[in-house]
Amino acid sequence: MRRRLLLLLPLVCFVLLGGFLYQGLSIDPAERESALMERPFPAFRLATLSDPERILDESLLEGEVTLVNVWGEWCPTCKQEMPQLLELAERGVRLVGIDYKDSREKGREFLQGFGNPFEVNLFDPEGDLGFDLGVYGAPESFLVDADGVIRYHHTGYISPQDVERVILPEVAKWRD
Amino acid sequence: MARLIRAVVLLALLWPALAQAAIEVRDFEDPVMRERFASLTATLRCPKCQNQAIGDSDSPIAGDMRKRVYAQLQAGRSDKEIVDFMVRRFGDYVLYNPRLEGRTLLLWGLPVALVLGGGLLVAWLVRTRRRASSRRLNDEERARLDALLAREDDR
Repeated sequence: MRRRLLLLLPLVCFVLLGGFLYQGLSIDPAERESALMERPFPAFRLATLSDPERILDESLLEGEVTLVNVWGEWCPTCKQEMPQLLELAERGVRLVGIDYKDSREKGREFLQGFGNPFEVNLFDPEGDLGFDLGVYGAPESFLVDADGVIRYHHTGYISPQDVERVILPEVAKWRD
Repeated sequence: MARLIRAVVLLALLWPALAQAAIEVRDFEDPVMRERFASLTATLRCPKCQNQAIGDSDSPIAGDMRKRVYAQLQAGRSDKEIVDFMVRRFGDYVLYNPRLEGRTLLLWGLPVALVLGGGLLVAWLVRTRRRASSRRLNDEERARLDALLAREDDR
């Protein structure tokens, strides 16, 4: 009898392996947690988009929970995301933008065309700050707490549902 | 027609060169440095692409990463420092060669465990088979064997 059961071993192995591989099919490989989670926002010194003379650093993010959004005029999804960011700003969330790998003209054009929910926009033409944030596409958003620590990371598009279901609860969570 | 075929053949021959053009060429005075650059860009994975080393990818982020690898090599950083620099920003995803640590113990240990387990299983099977075949016959078996052998002899 025991020997008989042993014959089922390959089937058991197959089912286990099959189950393991099957659940892998539903995993989105693009969805990965940022390596910067729970770490301080990287140091930077960048001029703002509107004023090349005004240089800001990471102390900008201290004192209040802030949603940092990486965008660029070249990024079509960023245009679709703007209404949601405008809504977040209207509902009292502090937003800081990073104009990523863009030119000043194009960046300003973008804000004129699609609205400006940002308190300030950092101008990052070489993508240096983006690189330090581990950004490899846009849009991407980072929620930074009042101590300047990254608490939440959103890869890609913030949908209208995400505003209610994810972003606002996360902001409320880190405000306390 | 012949001209068209010739053009197509020429294009096909040139294709690899055209495809390569997306990835820049870098000069190294030191051949060791060139080797290190080649090996680093072959073992770091492009975070944007699903399965391509940064040395093979023409995505912008792979270009940025190559640029940093090159600059840091020139600045005298060690391979480990450069890899750590990338992992701090993009996570373990960029490692084609995962590190041996607590979380990756299963990944590295499982093949070794399977080989050892398989070896033990084979050893056990061989031993039990050998014991079974060399076991002494009991009286009944002996009698049956003798009868069979006797029948052989009669023929």
